[in-house]
Amino acid sequence: MTAAAPTITITVNGEPKTFPAGLTLADLLERLGLRPDAVVVEHNRAIVRRAALGAATVQAGDEVELVHFVGGG
Amino acid sequence: MTGTLEAARLADDAPFTIAGHAFRSRLMVGTGKYRSNAEMVAAIEASGADVVTVAVRRVNLDRTQEEGILHHLDPKRFFLLANTAGCYTADEAIRYARLAREAGFNDFVKLEVIGDRETLLPDAEGLLRATRVLVQEGFKVLAYTNDDLITALRLEEAGAAAVMPLASPIGSGLGLLNPYSIRTIKKRLSVPVIVDAGVGTASDACVTMEQGVDGILMNTALAEAADPVAMATAMRHAVEAGRLAWRAGRMPRREVAVPSSPTTGMLGA
Repeated sequence: MTAAAPTITITVNGEPKTFPAGLTLADLLERLGLRPDAVVVEHNRAIVRRAALGAATVQAGDEVELVHFVGGG
Repeated sequence: MTGTLEAARLADDAPFTIAGHAFRSRLMVGTGKYRSNAEMVAAIEASGADVVTVAVRRVNLDRTQEEGILHHLDPKRFFLLANTAGCYTADEAIRYARLAREAGFNDFVKLEVIGDRETLLPDAEGLLRATRVLVQEGFKVLAYTNDDLITALRLEEAGAAAVMPLASPIGSGLGLLNPYSIRTIKKRLSVPVIVDAGVGTASDACVTMEQGVDGILMNTALAEAADPVAMATAMRHAVEAGRLAWRAGRMPRREVAVPSSPTTGMLGA
């Protein structure tokens, strides 16, 4: 039997979520079914540019916020 | 139908410009609280607004198929003005403004720093601090504020691109409570003054524009009208009427009657 691939738990929009280790922010968006041009990503309180999402690796315990525009006054 | 002369008079008006960006309509509208997206789009079309406000919120991860507002509003057609609604500290508002700018549409922000949950009245100290930081970072700050001249002056000094005093509390529909304050703010500031919040119906919008302000931003008055499209049409006319009346220069107020018909040439008794 092969050992289970290592996983990490991170917080996405306030909710704990478990993913395979080595995940990038671009991978995260893909797994969540979100288009990178439809969201803005904040990683541990720092905004990550769209072009940098593929190079940004997520570590256990990280906090990620995914936001977009909604109706408002 | 708009007559030729009427159209010419409206066209004669100075362009409505904020931080070097010219806008067609002096009526700006929000996108919140509509019963449906279709109704929102129809009302915005009817309002003639080119500036529409949006809020920054978390994506709903449980319903990723849920469409954001941009699925319904073409960002090439409308100028998206992101707000920092719901923020109670300067730091929070700064964070939301930075996220909004990263969406990539423009560097304008409608800055809100709320000081009280019951009245949603602005926090002047937080507004000033956030304005200074955001202006330093190149933002064009449109600051939602009280109808207080001193705060408005301080916001202008801090570099705000426009100051947005309230007519009355957000979502109250109470109309313009203090025309004198709004008039005074408009007289004293150099940057555009846009009244934001409190307008309930067309007469409120008209009397607000008659104070000489540069524009009005409203949301609930349209979204909560029984017929938002009809109200948006009324608001468009009211803003134009109020603007034109202000430019026309109203007659003086007198506390005595002055006859409109000749007092001479009356028949003998």
